[in-house]
Amino acid sequence: MNENGELVLPTRRAFLAQLGLAPVALHALANGGAAAVGPHFAPRAKRVIWLFMAGAPSQLDLFEPKPMLDRHDGQPVPQDLIAGQRFAFLKGTPRLLASPYRFAARGQCGAPVSELLPHLATIVDKVAFVKSLHTEQFNHGPAQVFANTGHAVVGRPSCGAWVHHGLGSESADLPGFVVLVSGKIDPGAGSSLWSSGFLPTRHQGVELRTRGEPVPCVRDPDGVDRAMRSRSIDLIGALNRRRLATLGDPEIGTRTAAYELAFRMQDRVPELADLAQEPPEVHALYGTSPGANSFANNCLLARRLVERGVRFVQLYHRGWDHHGSDASDDLLHGLPNMCRQTDRAATALVLDLERRGLLDDTLVVWGGEFGRTPMQEVRDPKFLGRDHHRQASTIWLAGAGIRAGTTLGETDELGYHVVRDPVHWNDLHATLLHLLGIGHERLLWRFQGRDYRLTDVGGKVLRRLLA
Amino acid sequence: MWALLLLPTLVPQGGDAAAAKSHWAYVAPVRPTPPRTDVAPIDAFVLASALRAGLAPTPEADRPTLLRRVTFDLTGLPPTLAELDAFLADDAPGAYERVVDRLLASPHYGERFAVPWLDLARYADTDGFNFDRPRTMWKWRDFVIDALNRDVPFDRFTVQQLAGDLLPDATDEDRIAAGFHRNTMWNDEGGVDLEEARWERLLDRASTTATVWLGSTFHCAQCHDHKFDPISQRDFYALVAFFEPAEETKLEVATPEQAARRAELRAELARLEATSTDEAAITRAKKALAAAPIDSTLIFRERTDVRAVTTLRLRGGYDARGEDVAAAVPAAIDPPWPADLPRNRLGLAQWLVRPDHPLTARVHVNRLWGELFGRALVGTPEDLGTQSPPRDHPELLDWLATEFVRLGWSQKALLRTIVTSAAYRRDARTTDTDRERDPDNRWLARGTRFRLAAEFVRDQQLAAGGLLVPTIGGPSVFPLQADISGVVPTNKADLGWRAATDGRRHRRGLYTFWQRTATFVQFATFDAPSREQCIVQRARTNTPLQALSGLNDPAAWEAAKALGERMRAVPGDDRARLAFGFRVCTSRRPDAHELDLLAVALAAEPETLRWTLLANALLNLDEALSR
Repeated sequence: MNENGELVLPTRRAFLAQLGLAPVALHALANGGAAAVGPHFAPRAKRVIWLFMAGAPSQLDLFEPKPMLDRHDGQPVPQDLIAGQRFAFLKGTPRLLASPYRFAARGQCGAPVSELLPHLATIVDKVAFVKSLHTEQFNHGPAQVFANTGHAVVGRPSCGAWVHHGLGSESADLPGFVVLVSGKIDPGAGSSLWSSGFLPTRHQGVELRTRGEPVPCVRDPDGVDRAMRSRSIDLIGALNRRRLATLGDPEIGTRTAAYELAFRMQDRVPELADLAQEPPEVHALYGTSPGANSFANNCLLARRLVERGVRFVQLYHRGWDHHGSDASDDLLHGLPNMCRQTDRAATALVLDLERRGLLDDTLVVWGGEFGRTPMQEVRDPKFLGRDHHRQASTIWLAGAGIRAGTTLGETDELGYHVVRDPVHWNDLHATLLHLLGIGHERLLWRFQGRDYRLTDVGGKVLRRLLA
Repeated sequence: MWALLLLPTLVPQGGDAAAAKSHWAYVAPVRPTPPRTDVAPIDAFVLASALRAGLAPTPEADRPTLLRRVTFDLTGLPPTLAELDAFLADDAPGAYERVVDRLLASPHYGERFAVPWLDLARYADTDGFNFDRPRTMWKWRDFVIDALNRDVPFDRFTVQQLAGDLLPDATDEDRIAAGFHRNTMWNDEGGVDLEEARWERLLDRASTTATVWLGSTFHCAQCHDHKFDPISQRDFYALVAFFEPAEETKLEVATPEQAARRAELRAELARLEATSTDEAAITRAKKALAAAPIDSTLIFRERTDVRAVTTLRLRGGYDARGEDVAAAVPAAIDPPWPADLPRNRLGLAQWLVRPDHPLTARVHVNRLWGELFGRALVGTPEDLGTQSPPRDHPELLDWLATEFVRLGWSQKALLRTIVTSAAYRRDARTTDTDRERDPDNRWLARGTRFRLAAEFVRDQQLAAGGLLVPTIGGPSVFPLQADISGVVPTNKADLGWRAATDGRRHRRGLYTFWQRTATFVQFATFDAPSREQCIVQRARTNTPLQALSGLNDPAAWEAAKALGERMRAVPGDDRARLAFGFRVCTSRRPDAHELDLLAVALAAEPETLRWTLLANALLNLDEALSR
């Protein structure tokens, strides 16, 4: 295939002539033939890479030094702080827990980052922190669904699906919304997180897998080579076109085009997923090794995807649920381990995008579904853990249109409640859409008798985050 | 949750309760008089609309097309070549009607119409959420298939689905039938408030009931009064209240093997108790009996100590408890609650199926119409309320609803009336002018064609390959599916899918084990829902992933191999073999040019793979994927 997607197999011309067809290119099909609705205004971002840290990283051990917490380590939490609050697991009067990690002010902006994230610490002047993100849900599944769809019960479209609906795809050979998953088995809401909900299914995220087939059925059956496949596609196309001429049903044309796109995806997806093509220097930057199911590999894959015109890439890395029941899920072993798996690669992604000139119009988002409590959860006294905390969490953003080196929002001295600039997920979604040139109140879909939008009844653009 | 958006909208704002109440859907249909009597009533209504729109109705479709259409629509399977030949040879009057009667009597009829009902009931074989554990609900699914095949009248069926356990002298079958609302998801992730999780199930039951029988968006009233329809927030919680006393429990249902084993153990225990003094042996026998495996299915048991009352939640929040609300139906929806009905689920079901109910029959016939024509008469079959689009054929909907009731709520009789209409039988070919004038075929001046539903794509592949195992019912099966080794288990729910190697490999699609967090790859690709919530209408997309599935899915390839073998075995020359395969996949004979194309393609392929490749291409024709 040449760069225009035209099949140049030498035998194809002759085969097409025998079918009585002109040797035309297999046509590109973007957006499943449907027009996008946006953008509404000039976008700052053309694409998004969202690094979803599923399980909820502890902001108090990564980004939020709290001297008051250190001073009162081990003391019962003040009653007035938790009166009327609900927790996932904590019972009775829990005790405060100081972070076991050292923090330092980093970069020009002086943003504090703990010793667990040495790589991120080097690029704080390129990112913006939000310390006041709160949610309505305190269990993983509903909170992850909430973070993606703005609603706690599955059934609404995810952010990526809304964006795909609003802007369509830029790639003729690849899906416009791609999802990459890594990490251990962990609570999570699964594929409903990238569902198209009630939007047409062409908007749903396509999971690219790092083991097995990257896309279901992308490999030809055993013994079938590309030339045979191209002849199958041509035969199906020839017979379909005759029916189209007879029946005039436009779905026949769409289906024929879909088969041609499928054929091109079969060529493009394996090439895309082949990280061995990258030079050693890139592997050293990300910490990648071809063939592994790792967050690092997915970060590199994300860059390759956006380079090829994919609009919305979402990575899920699971395993941040540090309750302290054993070494794998505690703050002293599990958390540093997760940081080692992610810190270098997430930082490398920002740097790599920047040097390729892609960071100017690519938005990178890093964060989990909620935060963790300032109080210790004692599941086993040998380990340290924190419970789910919906009142405040920290995320960071970088790239297109983001005011680098800023911090938005603040929590109280114990890191419990937000005391300044609270940010709701609706606000974050509104801001993300805004950067993409979409007015969040204008991106609508009528379903079951009412207009829905990603930001439901809320959402305000976080102007202070914008450059 | 489900909060209404405060958005500018072009439609009139709610608040005018009287206007909303007079919306057509809230007024019982009055049987309209067909505008002419020289054609069947359905055609009288449709022709009037088509002619008004300036469209020329097309003639009846040719027989192969017609047989393919009606066979898929009534059984979800393609016609066999023998059935095609028989129909083509039947010159006697009433040939088509005889085909319809044969199809309605087929046990595959129940399988086909179970599929949309399973979507409505959010039937699955797992709990959903993070753990997504397996559950046993196939007894309920088999009840649905069987009830459809027996043509249990829809009013009776409704009562069984919602309240079978409350019927006087309820049988186990009635109790199993009432598992409709036991299909809700089940969340017991660590940290979940179990009472709140139950509350979510109650809300689901209320809103699903409203969607399925009332075609109404009751969930909009969870947080405040419905903005457009005459449903108050109290009304929503009054519907929830019906489900408060329903305790979620299980019914043991032994397979024949399990029953035999238990009888054996019981006999052994009785023998020991009668003859032995060895207490240890008796205890062992008792333990063995208690530990003998037995299937169970999810049912309700009505608690007598819990009233049908619930607590309204202010702005819908679980913690924001408001006043108590007793079970009741919305005052704005006629008919009023008769004094003699019990205020429980049984009463609710009986109220829904009163012959003068304005919604139940309309909602169901509208859905059935959508199944047969690809587009319901009210384009939003999940919502017939004030926000629904204008009806395409208002009088036809009301005529069908009253006819359904007049036919004793017999779905088979109603379907027979519809599929024998000229509107259903029309040719899909039309002029460019008429296509431009009515691109969506609202006025039905031509026949409809659309892609097969996910399960029937699979069924056709199996039938074409001669692989289909037509057994009805039983536990869900694990057929061959695409490589899922790369699926990172999303949770603790990895079932370790192992494809069956016996007959269970080739059962009809609807028997495939339905895992909510990992829908069978082929079905997900062809728009089957996850069954996490009630779905009235599936999307019908047309994507490259479907092409990859049709071409490369190992089950599709296995079927292509089998069809290739069948083609190769046909006596005569290659053109005869190709014509056979083409006809199996499309139900019609190819013309000479099409045969030429197939022959060229066959000749281009290596000897070892050519028949499989050709069969594979045939099964991927738009014509094969459509009906």
